[in-house]
Amino acid sequence: MKGKEQSKRFEIRLAGEGGQGMILAGVILAEAAAIYEGKYVVQTQSYGPEARGGASKAEVVISDEPIDYPEVLSADVLVAMSQEACDRYASNLKKEGLLIVDVDKVKRVPLTTAVKIPITRAAIEASGKAITANVVALGVLVGLIGVVSREAIEKAILARAPKGSEEMNCKALARGFAEAEALLAVKQKAQKGLAIGTWDTG
Amino acid sequence: MAKDDHTAYAYLRTTKKFPNIWCAGCGIGIVMGALIRAIDRIGLDKDEVAVVSGIGCSGRMPVYLDFNTMHTTHGRALAFATGLKLAQPNLKVIVVMGDGDALAIGGNHFIHAARRNIDLTAIIINNLIYGMTGGQYSPTTPLDMRASTAPYGHVEPPFPICELSIAAGATFVARSTVYHAVELDRLIEKAIRKVGFSVVEAVSYCHTTYGRLNRMGSSVEMMRMLKENSISLAAAENLKPEERATKIIRGVLHEVEKPDYLTLYQKVIEHAKAAVDGKEFLRAGPGGLE
Amino acid sequence: MVVRLMQGNEAVGWGAIAAGCRFYAGYPITPSTEIAEMLARELPKLGGIFIQMEDEIASLAACIGASVGGMKAMTATSGPGFSLMQEHIGYAAMAEIPCVIVNVQRLGPSTGQPTSPSQGDIMQARWGTHGDHPIIVLYPTSVPEAFDLTVTAFNMAEKYRTPVILLMDEVVAHMRERFETPPSEAIRVIDRMGTSVPPEWYKPFGDTVGDVPPMPSFGSGYRYHITGLYHDLMGYPTQRLDEINPWIERVHRKISAHLEDILLYREENTEDAKVVIVAYGITARSARHAMKIARQHRHRVGLVTLYTIWPFPEEVILRVGRTARRVVVPEMNLGQLALEVERVVGRHKVVRVNRADGTMIAPQMILDAIEGR
Repeated sequence: MKGKEQSKRFEIRLAGEGGQGMILAGVILAEAAAIYEGKYVVQTQSYGPEARGGASKAEVVISDEPIDYPEVLSADVLVAMSQEACDRYASNLKKEGLLIVDVDKVKRVPLTTAVKIPITRAAIEASGKAITANVVALGVLVGLIGVVSREAIEKAILARAPKGSEEMNCKALARGFAEAEALLAVKQKAQKGLAIGTWDTG
Repeated sequence: MAKDDHTAYAYLRTTKKFPNIWCAGCGIGIVMGALIRAIDRIGLDKDEVAVVSGIGCSGRMPVYLDFNTMHTTHGRALAFATGLKLAQPNLKVIVVMGDGDALAIGGNHFIHAARRNIDLTAIIINNLIYGMTGGQYSPTTPLDMRASTAPYGHVEPPFPICELSIAAGATFVARSTVYHAVELDRLIEKAIRKVGFSVVEAVSYCHTTYGRLNRMGSSVEMMRMLKENSISLAAAENLKPEERATKIIRGVLHEVEKPDYLTLYQKVIEHAKAAVDGKEFLRAGPGGLE
Repeated sequence: MVVRLMQGNEAVGWGAIAAGCRFYAGYPITPSTEIAEMLARELPKLGGIFIQMEDEIASLAACIGASVGGMKAMTATSGPGFSLMQEHIGYAAMAEIPCVIVNVQRLGPSTGQPTSPSQGDIMQARWGTHGDHPIIVLYPTSVPEAFDLTVTAFNMAEKYRTPVILLMDEVVAHMRERFETPPSEAIRVIDRMGTSVPPEWYKPFGDTVGDVPPMPSFGSGYRYHITGLYHDLMGYPTQRLDEINPWIERVHRKISAHLEDILLYREENTEDAKVVIVAYGITARSARHAMKIARQHRHRVGLVTLYTIWPFPEEVILRVGRTARRVVVPEMNLGQLALEVERVVGRHKVVRVNRADGTMIAPQMILDAIEGR
């Protein structure tokens, strides 16, 4: 199932537990791409019957042309915020796909090339609140692969942030960018060392 | 009665093929006459009245009446009437139902219409049985009585219509019988005038099914029973509780003042309009949040 | 032009508002609830009415009542609630009352899987209520189409005095997509025909003005009778065959004589296609993906996306089926619309692709069918 169509699609999966804000992160990423970058976007999600807790997953497909199949066929990026999410979805990554995990929550990582960041811990350090972990994750994601611009994701986050929480979210986003930059610096040094080298860091 | 007959003719659909479908001696026509007299006395224009019914013998009443009329589905008349009333608040919407119609298949709609306090007038013609389908027991069939589906006697206790209405939140609840035709039209008049969910239980009979199965005689004899077994609310005050329990008590049993649904919904509209601050549709519409 | 990310259910709500809907009655049920929540917020801003009824039966009844009162009315539900609404879909068809019923399908039967997608209500949407009756069923494949087809559903309901069902997939209902707000002048809105004849001349079910009689609202000075019984031109119950048969013919003709207006579909690459996929809803998007890949491999594959599934577009399917060697019908059910396709093109040509486990049909499943695997 390879073809031109495939290369135009960019598929991102954000997975974790209910309450971690993965679906909201998916919505924000999709809004950044659709509203601020003018791209075609489809955002889908799945969750259990629980109002809180349980497994939760958001998917975002971004393309320069209309998108037909709306869900992830094989992900370009997986952000896993729980062990279960990692176990369940890592095998669906493209060969050269990028896996980002919250290293405090995901102990068993199936890929040596995975990007391991203490996302939730970084969120608490940066903003004082664990609930900004999803924003940190978006910062890491955008900082590493530039699927949307930094300006776009910032605008999208601020448009969604409840009044009074803007500063907190900006701090979390900046922390995510910083984590990504640190990783990219290491990568540049190692030149060929990291598998994320295939990504357009645009 | 000649005068009343004359009044009724002006409100009947003369083009409809009379005679009506009801059995000779049925009480439904008396309720229809009482409804017409009540509307005439209030002085409502025919265009501002809607009569909505469900299914059963009572359901056939609207077709004979020269108003905006709707013969709906079994038990659901109140739900149709709710939509109609909300869309046309100036209409006086009167809902005519039978006991099985209103309280069995329509029981849920009935209690919720009462709870919401929609400004409707519900007239429940209680003949203690499903007449049209041939005499099956209804939610008001008394214990031990016979029905075509209770050949050995009925074992379920009946719903007391008025008490149920009061408990569910109706603002006006009254009862009379088809024997007391004049009293009935006075009560219906009050019910229509009342803003809020009002209920009139018109106790009737079905000599064709219930009367035959329970050997109660002709319509004349059943009419006499209504006369003898009923008592006004004032007179009932003097009875002992056990005596009261055996009687059909007539009169206004309940009346309270409270705002009806549409009055309260106006506040919802005001709050919402204040929130949108008079913006045009498309500004409030898709993309309007930007 | 304003661009935003919009959810399918939300788009249905905005479509309803754009079409002039000012009355919504419904009962909460996953996965349709966002439609109710959105309209509870937006309708009062426009002076419209939102009411949460005691069940789905009452919800559609209230919509029909409101429509008789002159308002454009809609309800939304999912499978279990749709089952309860069947009685009143029949009433609306019999009494010719315009209304829109949205069914965001979920995996059934019974409570099934409330959050899982399914296309299991195809036949129920056509034949769920008892008796022969006319019906129109529309089916969007995307969020923008959910908006457009909701407007179209109202337009057809008003134009043809009929209930119109909008079937949706849970995936479309809950997905968010880029949505470009159409300018209000670009949205075509049709209102039901009124009348100016003197009230005593008005025939609510007459056939003097084409097949769709004008419908003034209750309270406007035209008093008439509405019933779920077979009725004559005045709306009065009848058992006369010379009154019943013309009615039956007229209400079916009012749909069947306007198929060029009612049947909405899109053909892609069908001119040279040896394999034609016939699909609807979210499955049509899987099919388009599969078609593109197949075309890259030089398979001559075409796609017919059906936006109107009932009445069934026989002529279109017959035409594309004539030249195709194979007609692939992917559905998230065990084969429902495939029965119609088989009836039209013959069973030997049809390849069914089915799954009814709450999972979307992936493009690969359709590719396998195209390649005869």
